[in-house]
Amino acid sequence: MSRAPMPYSQKILELFRNPKNLGRMDDATVSAVAGNPACGDMITFYLKVTEDEVIEKATFESYGCAANIATSSMLTEKVKGMKLEDAWKISWKNLVDEVGGLPTVKFHCGVLAIGALRRAIRAYYKDRQAAPEWLPGELTFEEKQALEEEELAKVLSKRMKTTEDGV
Amino acid sequence: MKAEGFNFMIGNIKELIKAHEGLKREVYLDVENGGIVAKEVLESMLPYFNQRGYGNPTLTHKPGWEAYETIVESAQKIVGFLGCKSIDEINFTPGETEANNLALLGSTLRMRGRKKKIIISEVEPLSVTYAAEMLKEYGFSLTKIPVDSEGFINLQKLEESVDRDTVLVSISTVNHEIGTIQPIKEAVSIVKSKNPEVIFHTDASDAYGKIPFNVKDLNVDLATISSHKILGPRGIGALYVKENVNVERILEGQIGTQRLWPGIENTPLIVGFAKASELTFQEFEANMSRMRRLRDKLIDGICERISEVKLNGPRGEKRAPDNVNISFLKCEGEALTIELSLNGVYVSSGSACTRRILQPSHVLVAIGRKYEEAHGSILMKVTRLHRDEDMDYVLEVIPKAVGRLRGITGSIEAG
Ligand code: FES
Repeated sequence: MSRAPMPYSQKILELFRNPKNLGRMDDATVSAVAGNPACGDMITFYLKVTEDEVIEKATFESYGCAANIATSSMLTEKVKGMKLEDAWKISWKNLVDEVGGLPTVKFHCGVLAIGALRRAIRAYYKDRQAAPEWLPGELTFEEKQALEEEELAKVLSKRMKTTEDGV
Repeated sequence: MKAEGFNFMIGNIKELIKAHEGLKREVYLDVENGGIVAKEVLESMLPYFNQRGYGNPTLTHKPGWEAYETIVESAQKIVGFLGCKSIDEINFTPGETEANNLALLGSTLRMRGRKKKIIISEVEPLSVTYAAEMLKEYGFSLTKIPVDSEGFINLQKLEESVDRDTVLVSISTVNHEIGTIQPIKEAVSIVKSKNPEVIFHTDASDAYGKIPFNVKDLNVDLATISSHKILGPRGIGALYVKENVNVERILEGQIGTQRLWPGIENTPLIVGFAKASELTFQEFEANMSRMRRLRDKLIDGICERISEVKLNGPRGEKRAPDNVNISFLKCEGEALTIELSLNGVYVSSGSACTRRILQPSHVLVAIGRKYEEAHGSILMKVTRLHRDEDMDYVLEVIPKAVGRLRGITGSIEAG
């Protein structure tokens, strides 16, 4: 069997039905976006960060599938009260495990959530023009993936506009 | 990955099903992707599994002769509804996909090696599109006729494209996703006047039993029809092949009553297909106009209740009586199908998120919908069994579902 009807876990269903920490945060310290509305999937992450670099509150908005909504919600819960350094270390795999697994085609939705979080953390330090030692200079896998997805969306939407006519 | 194990999947799916317990109403609107079988159809089929006609229709014993008699009589009914000459022109296949493959491959493959051109439209179902694309690997060239913003094919482009080299044109009578009723009669005459040799195939799965459709009147050479789209069982369809039009088998095996499709005939499904056809064509006009009314009730009701929506496909007479396809901006389609399901309304979406290849419906793209418009699209098909109360319920559920999901999208600017 090659195709399954998105066997979302109970956890995902629960978070999809009752997402936590939803909505724009007007007093956010920093926010970041991942994904591209032109391809649909898009997440915005808002963080409120204390003086000593602890995430006091995180919220999100998602224009994506149930997996996207659930992983984003899970991530906002998880990072609450965490130091930025520890939040940075959460990988997409941790996130996927925590929501009870995801179908392979939906991995990228979890990756996007991490991508958005890491971008927000980077933006935080960029605003302050102070990069801590633990913050890698190079983009991490999740950030690259987010970037790749955005690029891909651009390419695809361009390709789809040119009609495949003739031979 | 552990997420891919079947136990993981089944466990989760059981929970997903359980989450639907206690629904006060259920409305099935996904006939496009698999029909629900009408009660009388089911009853008509049952005896043929084990009481009569369960034998092989080509064999010399009573259950075989009964099967032969049944298959012939079922085919004769369909001959009447299609307006063709005889049952020799009907080939039962296991469904629309197989009939389309038979039409495309069976009418062209013998020409391979000689350079030949195939023409389809940009909005064909995947069984036509992929079969045509496969033919490119056999040396055929493929031209896709563009459509306008309502999905109507560009007849001028069609005329320009047909040449002496053209072997096959395949254009659906009614678009399966957006319900556009194509000017097939005109298209056939354009094609035939440029090159009478061209074989004209139409996938009429969404036309048969839904709009007046007569192969003789339209002058098509090949036509696909399907049972599940008219509340018959899935797993059965047919390809009409006009007398003297050359189509070859694409599968080999024991040839039974069906010249172009080997293997043992599925008598109960054929009976069900014929019964579903009968029921559909009984009071055809009354059924059609009721479906049209329910369709418009849904379309108008949604447009009145919800802002930022777009109807995909035409309005009115040129739209199939059963088709409702609407894009809800700022609302992702897969999430919407799940949210609706949890409320007992079953639909499908053209969103990229619902597809394995994560690309949106090619039909919506072809009519010029932007990604984010396709992203929030929902396809619904009403049937002759739906009632006003069903539509009232759907109109109660959809605005709430869209409202909740738009709340999650929040301030993200999408479209
Ligand atoms: S957001 Fe599109 S697949 Fe998850």
